[in-house]
Amino acid sequence: MVDQKNPDWRIVITGVGLTSPNGNNLAEYRENLLQGKSGIEKIDIRYMGEVLAGVCNFDEFKYQKKKERRRGTRAGSVGIYCAHEAITDCGIELDSFDKSRIGIYCGVTEHGNVETENEVFNISQYGYDVKYWSHHHNPRTVANNPAGEISLNLKITGPHYSIGAACAAGNLGVIQGCQMLRLKEVDMALAGGISESIHTFGIFASFKSQGALAWHEDPEKASRPFDSSRNGIVCSEGGCLYTLERLSDAQKRGAKIYGEIVGYGVNSDAFDFVLPQPKGQTDCLNMALNNAGLKADDIDIVNTHATSTPQGDIQECIAIRNVFGNSKNTWINNTKSYIGHAMGAAGALELAGNLPAFDDKIVHPTINIDQLDPECALDNLVINQPKPVDQVNYILNNSFGMLGINSALIVKRFEI
Amino acid sequence: MTRDDVRNAVIGILTDIAPDEDFDALKDEEKLRDQFDLDSMDFLDIVMELRKRYNIEVPEADYEQLVTMTSCIDYLQPLLKNQQMAS
Repeated sequence: MVDQKNPDWRIVITGVGLTSPNGNNLAEYRENLLQGKSGIEKIDIRYMGEVLAGVCNFDEFKYQKKKERRRGTRAGSVGIYCAHEAITDCGIELDSFDKSRIGIYCGVTEHGNVETENEVFNISQYGYDVKYWSHHHNPRTVANNPAGEISLNLKITGPHYSIGAACAAGNLGVIQGCQMLRLKEVDMALAGGISESIHTFGIFASFKSQGALAWHEDPEKASRPFDSSRNGIVCSEGGCLYTLERLSDAQKRGAKIYGEIVGYGVNSDAFDFVLPQPKGQTDCLNMALNNAGLKADDIDIVNTHATSTPQGDIQECIAIRNVFGNSKNTWINNTKSYIGHAMGAAGALELAGNLPAFDDKIVHPTINIDQLDPECALDNLVINQPKPVDQVNYILNNSFGMLGINSALIVKRFEI
Repeated sequence: MTRDDVRNAVIGILTDIAPDEDFDALKDEEKLRDQFDLDSMDFLDIVMELRKRYNIEVPEADYEQLVTMTSCIDYLQPLLKNQQMAS
């Protein structure tokens, strides 16, 4: 449990940098969530043809030179954009900060598929002669690539690495940053998640072979968690990095505080490669509540992980009923219904979409529900219309992933 | 290819691999690395693009021939001329 009396142990969010399929900063993103605006569109990808995806349209060259972009990866570019935006938002002058005391922790579902597919395609144009294989392949595909590109771009010399945790990675990046601050390994963490996954046909093809790839004639209707006609995942790219600091440091410099990370749970199902399991998720939710010293009814918003797959959504609803079934004050929502599944970025990005609720006191709904699946008919599920509430004190963010990795993160409205 | 053709071919490659640079003021006798933000990975890009675009192999021992524009032209013109004759 967090020692609330020790300001060195309390970790707060002081900056947010993001790019989502429906917004390139927190204000724009939040506005589009409250307006019910989706970011899903049709795109063409190699070998697959037309698929549905969430595409980000941030300006890659706002913070990167053209050569840097050419040499690097889309994930690196997403990360650099988010890192700059977060640092600007948190209000520090980077050059007056000890850059050796900043850690970069990027959650990724996968990294390297895009670049490897591109190189295989490249050499296919030369009769598969490997002498045409790029010398850029290794630095582009090492697992720390996006975090490393942020380090290179911003000249940050503290630790940088990726957290590979399938689709729970966005939460795990934040948790890692939190832990490193508490251990005093760093004085600021750039932490969250990043995804470039829509640029690899393999992700789409694998979900399609698994029967888990969404399709709808209207792209904006395709991601529809909890609806009876949901038929799979919409893959998205995106990123969200937070600046995290110890409360003592944040207060010393008079920083704006978005919220305090008061608890988390991480565990494994040890059950199946792809199928989720309500027991593991239930345990994870309880672990997070225990870690924060809270009861289920203390939580005002649960952002579900639900990805719009027929089975996965039901499994998560079972876990939520197990923990929040008697919580009259807990509202349930979903953010993937707008932005699709941003993979490694999902956890961090979906949390960001909810953070403004501390101030505007509105729970954004899950959209695209025409006919609610009876098995997903949770009490207090906020459907299609935003829900004004009296107060939001605690947000719990679910993020689960393949191989049975579960995570739940709890953020509290900041009070001195 | 004439010397001007070879120069233009090298400029074309440099423009692609270092798109932030302005090569209009390039001084042919000075080292490329002294004039522009180019590193060893960029020179490997030059070698790769020569391979892809002109089917020229530059062995590692000859990389030093790419140090200035003049040395590039001196080194590449015979190779490009031979390629043209062969085709």
